[in-house]
Amino acid sequence: MKYEVIVVGGGHAGCEASLASARKGHRTLLITGRIGNIATMPCNPSIGGSAKGIVVREIDALGGEMGKNADQSLLQMKMLNYKKGPAVRALRAQADKVTYPQNMLQTLQNTDYLDIKEGIVEDLIVEEHKVQGVVLEDSEKILSNMVILTTGTYLKADILVGDTRRREGPNGERPSEFLSDRLKELGFKIIRLKTGTPQRIEKRSIDFTKVKLELGDSKLYTFSHDNEAYYQVEEQIPCHLVYTNEKTHQIIRENLSKSSMYGGLNDIEGIGPRYCPSIEDKIVRFSDKERHQLFLEPESLYYDDIYLQGFSTSMPYDVQEDMVHSLEGFEHAIIKKYAYAIEYDAIYPTQLKQSLETKLIENLFTAGQINGTSGYEEAACQGLMAGINASLKLEGKEPLVLRRSDAYIGVLIDDLVTKGVRDPYRLLTSRAEYRLLLRHDNADLRLREYGYQVGLIDEKKYQKYLDKKNKIQELTNLLKNTKITPKKNINEYFEKIGSPILKDSISLYNLLKRQEFDMDKLKQFIEIPYDKEITEEVELFNKYEGYIKKAEEEVRKMLSLEDEKIPDFINYDRIKNLASEAKQKLKEVKPTSIGQAMRISGVNPSDISILMIYLKKGEKNGK
Amino acid sequence: MNDTIAAIATALGIGSISIIRISGEKAITIVNRIFKGADLKEVDSHTIHYGFIMNGAEKIDEVLVTVMRAPKSFTTEDVVEINCHGGIAATNKVLEMLLINGIRLAEPGEFTKRAFLNGRIDLLEAEGIMDLIEAKTEKKRSLALSQMGGKISNLIRDLRKDIVEIISHIEVNIDYPEYEDIEVLKKEDILPKLEKIDQKINHILKESNDASIIEDGILTAIIGRPNVGKSSLLNVLLDEEKAIVTDIPGTTRDIVEGLVPIDGILLKIIDTAGIRNTEDKVESIGVKKSYDFIEKADLILFVLNYNQSLTREDLQILEKIKNKNYIVVINKVDLERRIEVEKLPYEKTVYMSALKKSGVEKIKTKIHEMYHLEKLETQDPTYLTNARSLALLEKAKISLENGRKALENGICVDMAEIDIREAWSILGEITGDTYTNELIDELFSRFCLGK
Repeated sequence: MKYEVIVVGGGHAGCEASLASARKGHRTLLITGRIGNIATMPCNPSIGGSAKGIVVREIDALGGEMGKNADQSLLQMKMLNYKKGPAVRALRAQADKVTYPQNMLQTLQNTDYLDIKEGIVEDLIVEEHKVQGVVLEDSEKILSNMVILTTGTYLKADILVGDTRRREGPNGERPSEFLSDRLKELGFKIIRLKTGTPQRIEKRSIDFTKVKLELGDSKLYTFSHDNEAYYQVEEQIPCHLVYTNEKTHQIIRENLSKSSMYGGLNDIEGIGPRYCPSIEDKIVRFSDKERHQLFLEPESLYYDDIYLQGFSTSMPYDVQEDMVHSLEGFEHAIIKKYAYAIEYDAIYPTQLKQSLETKLIENLFTAGQINGTSGYEEAACQGLMAGINASLKLEGKEPLVLRRSDAYIGVLIDDLVTKGVRDPYRLLTSRAEYRLLLRHDNADLRLREYGYQVGLIDEKKYQKYLDKKNKIQELTNLLKNTKITPKKNINEYFEKIGSPILKDSISLYNLLKRQEFDMDKLKQFIEIPYDKEITEEVELFNKYEGYIKKAEEEVRKMLSLEDEKIPDFINYDRIKNLASEAKQKLKEVKPTSIGQAMRISGVNPSDISILMIYLKKGEKNGK
Repeated sequence: MNDTIAAIATALGIGSISIIRISGEKAITIVNRIFKGADLKEVDSHTIHYGFIMNGAEKIDEVLVTVMRAPKSFTTEDVVEINCHGGIAATNKVLEMLLINGIRLAEPGEFTKRAFLNGRIDLLEAEGIMDLIEAKTEKKRSLALSQMGGKISNLIRDLRKDIVEIISHIEVNIDYPEYEDIEVLKKEDILPKLEKIDQKINHILKESNDASIIEDGILTAIIGRPNVGKSSLLNVLLDEEKAIVTDIPGTTRDIVEGLVPIDGILLKIIDTAGIRNTEDKVESIGVKKSYDFIEKADLILFVLNYNQSLTREDLQILEKIKNKNYIVVINKVDLERRIEVEKLPYEKTVYMSALKKSGVEKIKTKIHEMYHLEKLETQDPTYLTNARSLALLEKAKISLENGRKALENGICVDMAEIDIREAWSILGEITGDTYTNELIDELFSRFCLGK
């Protein structure tokens, strides 16, 4: 039996990848270590967050599953940064760790063309730099046209606690022992990364009178553009907040040498993420801080664990006990699961094309933590793109490459393949130079068209998007074409709300630009028969038009450079005058466009000039 | 690559005319914005127009503007050339105005590069351009490096540090909204910080303008006994009646400055008071200064009278300047010779008559030889770097100003941050370190975040 696509790994990347290719009608096999562990959330019980929440919207706009699945598994929902401004708003959900994987598994099982199989992949079948299939640990060979590796942290995973190291993946699952060696043999540069997760505490053992309550939003939200909510605002499960104290810090300082990272183990190679340091890191690096914030997040309605966000550590168990008990309200807390650090192998991501296909082995794609990222959302979006692009390749079509101005997904993949990673990569709004364009509210306006074109968005959803787009245009035209004239009663009203009185007629669109006005205030002049989704979009564009236009101008400049293509057969050694550092970096990254080349650190503007002239010369010679 | 670029196309200096060339799709619109005269958007291609470059209501320079529409131009893009008449400072100011209005300063060789890329010049020239780009960039890089050691660059780095503190704080608020122990920056917190940064920028701008570009060049002292014709020499060099020239010894008590362009290099001339041992108090201050200037000057023009024999003082001076770059200028050759020329170094001596305005070219040629001027780049990057830095600094100031206005008008912090961030990245262009990773490093080193 031969498959068109094999996806190795059933995490968030693997689920999206296998769904995408199966939904596009390609016979797909998902191989996972344990079917029961498909789409689990081994770290925090939440989906979304700043930037990440927007990624979930993007996944949904393109026809991925994460948004919808999260909507169906919600414990709590929050719109972050609501007051900070429209460009940075993002949803963050507490998701049920039991329901989320269950729903996802069900979706996978109900998808045509998709088979699921348990097994550990230890080898790839490669012939003439083309992948042909995989080999399982029991030597079973399965053939396929495309292979997508979404192995997460399972390549040579080591769990580290105190001075112990044991070869094991998250959730007690067995890691792949040999696949990363095999990749090395095939010529891949393999790096070792590290991440960690905090303790789970038994809910009943916490004194909740001593911790602070954190509620969800009182407004209903969904990740999915279907706008179908599965939760009740008033039935959301609360989170809580607690602080570390001097006693906690003292325990940590006294036991520092026992932490795996501070001497407990002397064979640590993995580089941990800067954005989520362990608690010992925080106390060492920010020694002047008297306390650190810890969030208590419920893991599920079906069991009792509370996730202690912010307390990630690699201290031995006995020290962890003392640390936890030092927290207020945790005097009698029972640790259900100790915090640990995990070390794993990953592929240095500049070895990937923008499509997530590897440069070394044709038809081999990688997505998720194996590419050096961190986070469920980061993994899922890569999985989706790898699934789409493996399918497009099967169909003999060009890959779908999202630009930095299209989506956070584009920013993420471009960063990975252009800059590589030093530590596990997390998306941040600060990584996106056009974040004003990459908003929560316009994910569908940005990406539905792509989703429809690749065949993951059905006709009905597509029509809904077209309708939204048309209505936005209609309302904009209506406001532009409706003018009010300076009349006595109108100017009296203007004076009352402190807006300069009218001398000439003004369009409602221009009136809306005034600080004192909003869409509701316009309703006294004209009927506005549009949903909030439409009015908000128009108002947002109106109010921030200057900034948005400026960003669009920047994008236009950037895109013209992206259009300057670099052929993949270019021989950088033949380019005279190119600085040697630039030469080496260009050879490594193999940028596909001048725009991408410019983003490589170590490539200077003069190198770019020289490269452009060389390309132009080649073009002329060719004629 | 269709952004609009500008550069001074003529050799540096106070030539009678300097030309600024602008190329790109916005060339005509942007020049039109600061030009008072014909509406350049309406004029025919390849026509020349008289008018003024304006900064608001202020006239910066009287100019002739040539408009060449695409594709019939050097670069095949829309090209405008501004013929400036007001000397180096005015040219510089015009360039600055262009840069502030959104035109980018051209990289070395960029016009030629565009001409090539747009198919205007042929293949054979390509290699040459590549060499040119590399050579010039290397020179610029080393020059930039030496400049960057300086005070200004440190000040700008400090500014960037101030700004990145604001930005990274705002970013942390956005990326980690739930960390309540990180204080949320509000308009009230940001405005005073912006105010402080603005003051610092104003200070730098003032300092930079004071130490204006005009003062770069070869510091040249004209020395000699009273009434040998030092002021006359200056006037001849300047080609206008700037200094007072009289026959009464000791009237040029004040140090007069003059600027003379020679093949793209600027002589900054100090007309020293007559050098003689004098009892006159006022005069002695001048004389002391003259000796100081011998020390300070890069080049000394030692003026002697053809009609007088050498004095002990003359020989003393000759001794004093022998290890410096100097030229002995023997004036008044129209009179009878009384000077003992055999006591003077032959290869450093030139003869002239200030009265008859003859022999000036010989002085210029001598200077030309001494400084190997033909080997200097015509578009000296030091000068451009300065003009560029100033323009960028002005631009950064405007961005910060926009950010301030936005905040005051109740625009959300994350929008205003776009302006503030723009200022930060513009300043980075001056010091050459614009890179977003810098920001992300800052983020993680300053704030305590994690799971």
